[in-house]
Amino acid sequence: MSHTADVSTDLTGTDATGTGPTGADPTGAGVRDRDELRAGATTAGPSAPAGNTAYTVEFAGVGRTFAAEPVLRDVTLTVAPGEVLAILGTSGCGKSTLLRIAAGLDAPSTGTVRIDGSAVDGIDARCAVGFQEPRLLPWRTVSANVALGLPRGTRRDAGAARVAQLLELVGLSAFAGHRPREISGGMAQRASLARALARNPGVLLLDEPFGALDALTRLKMQDLLLDVHAAAPTTVLLVTHDVDEALQLADRVILLGREDGRAGATIRQEVVVPGRRPRDRGSAELAELRGRLLAGLGIERHGQPRGLPSTSTVPHFPY
Amino acid sequence: MVDTDVSRSRTPQRSLSSRSWAVILGGAILPVLIIAAWQLTTALGVFTIAQLPSPEMVWTAAVDLFDRGLLTLDVAISTQRVIIGFVIGAALGLGAGALVGLSRASDILLAPTIGALRAVPSLAWVPLLLLWLKIGEESKITLIAIGAFFPVYTTVTGALRHVDRQLVEAGRAFGLRGVRLFTTVQLPAVIPSVISGLRLALAQAWLFLVAAELLGASMGLGFLLSDSGTNGRLDRILLAIIMLAVLGKLSDALIGLLEKWAARRWS
Repeated sequence: MSHTADVSTDLTGTDATGTGPTGADPTGAGVRDRDELRAGATTAGPSAPAGNTAYTVEFAGVGRTFAAEPVLRDVTLTVAPGEVLAILGTSGCGKSTLLRIAAGLDAPSTGTVRIDGSAVDGIDARCAVGFQEPRLLPWRTVSANVALGLPRGTRRDAGAARVAQLLELVGLSAFAGHRPREISGGMAQRASLARALARNPGVLLLDEPFGALDALTRLKMQDLLLDVHAAAPTTVLLVTHDVDEALQLADRVILLGREDGRAGATIRQEVVVPGRRPRDRGSAELAELRGRLLAGLGIERHGQPRGLPSTSTVPHFPY
Repeated sequence: MVDTDVSRSRTPQRSLSSRSWAVILGGAILPVLIIAAWQLTTALGVFTIAQLPSPEMVWTAAVDLFDRGLLTLDVAISTQRVIIGFVIGAALGLGAGALVGLSRASDILLAPTIGALRAVPSLAWVPLLLLWLKIGEESKITLIAIGAFFPVYTTVTGALRHVDRQLVEAGRAFGLRGVRLFTTVQLPAVIPSVISGLRLALAQAWLFLVAAELLGASMGLGFLLSDSGTNGRLDRILLAIIMLAVLGKLSDALIGLLEKWAARRWS
């Protein structure tokens, strides 16, 4: 109950300072992080698409009810341009619904979503979605599938060049002419990511994009996503149930869940992830955050190993 | 990167059952045996000639009709009726199937009526069509079109209802709507089923052809059947049946090739 209030005050604070979510970052690591990303974008070489855009996404009191059963309620959140936001939650908590609402694939029962200041109404051309399954058209080649993501009215030669560039970015140039069933699951998921990027989206919405992949492929895909974001720092909303993935990729993590005695999930925790990307997967600071987020997901932490007190420079929410 | 086994070429080893000459030869065994048994029984006098003419007599009848240009005429007119009726019926079936399969409103409005019409036995249409359209080409082609309509309609509606929702949603998420969504996602997804429907429809068209020609025609294989029946020409009846079997199988094989290609290309 008090969480919701805390979150909204925190958000108004960040809006006022104009530095996005990193304004709440006590270490200032996030700010350096972003500057470095921008620098990376200008020097990223041939794989950086021209005319890259990143939009603000604002959720204002968003709620969604399915058959009189509230699934989401009172989600108020602002995502800064170029920010990577991870949405964590237990399965069935409505995190995918939140993403679908942002994409315009679903409409909120209450509240509004604004992208770059204008309300989302129906499928939004400024967004691109990456689904949990690759969802490639089986009768098209990989490159024709990627071309499906190109904005309408793209000239044929410009489109072909863009597709080739994206396939190179995701390492699929050698498989451009293959059919989806002829490539592995990880490759199909990379093709799906390339298709989303072909839209040159101002907001990239990823719904557990690596959830169906094996553990090693998932780690590689996470690094690929970081490379892609460094090359073209768009706003990313990433739905995941994997706490490590959230901490590895995101600037900020929100945890969706139900509050006691109230139906419908809302934002229960909000964590600004310290440190610049790519982050050390074994960092102690992240381990502390990980424990806290897992606790929020209802996973028992099982105490402090070998009696060592868990120390962290990261202050507890709400800072 | 991720596994790249897919680029490895296929192994050249093929089993006997996948070689085309073995398939063709295997399929010919049973017809050859049947003709041999037929020849044997007639030669041994198991049946009288009035009961079962020998293969040679059927062949003679075929040559006789061919020399007088009648066989070619019958085959040509029957094939023409099947093709025209099939094309009309299949096109209407495709249109109606797409309408009912894609739009909930037309499903509610049209599906029960079309379902009821489908339940009418084919021969029930014949007297009505003869009275309305007289004994001309129209009545026969209409009956064949009715026969070809329903298999296509049924498979197209069914297939469109079962198009992968996730693919359709992905198409929508990338800005496809209406006709573009249909031609980009839904139509390619149902092409293999549509062609299976066409195959059924073609078989049905041959069935309805004979029904149409038996009841009022002056040419065609169905007419040959009924005419020979009246004259007691058993050899010509057998000839007409064999011609129908061969033509039906040939046209089916042609669509079968198309079906194979579609299964490779569109799935």
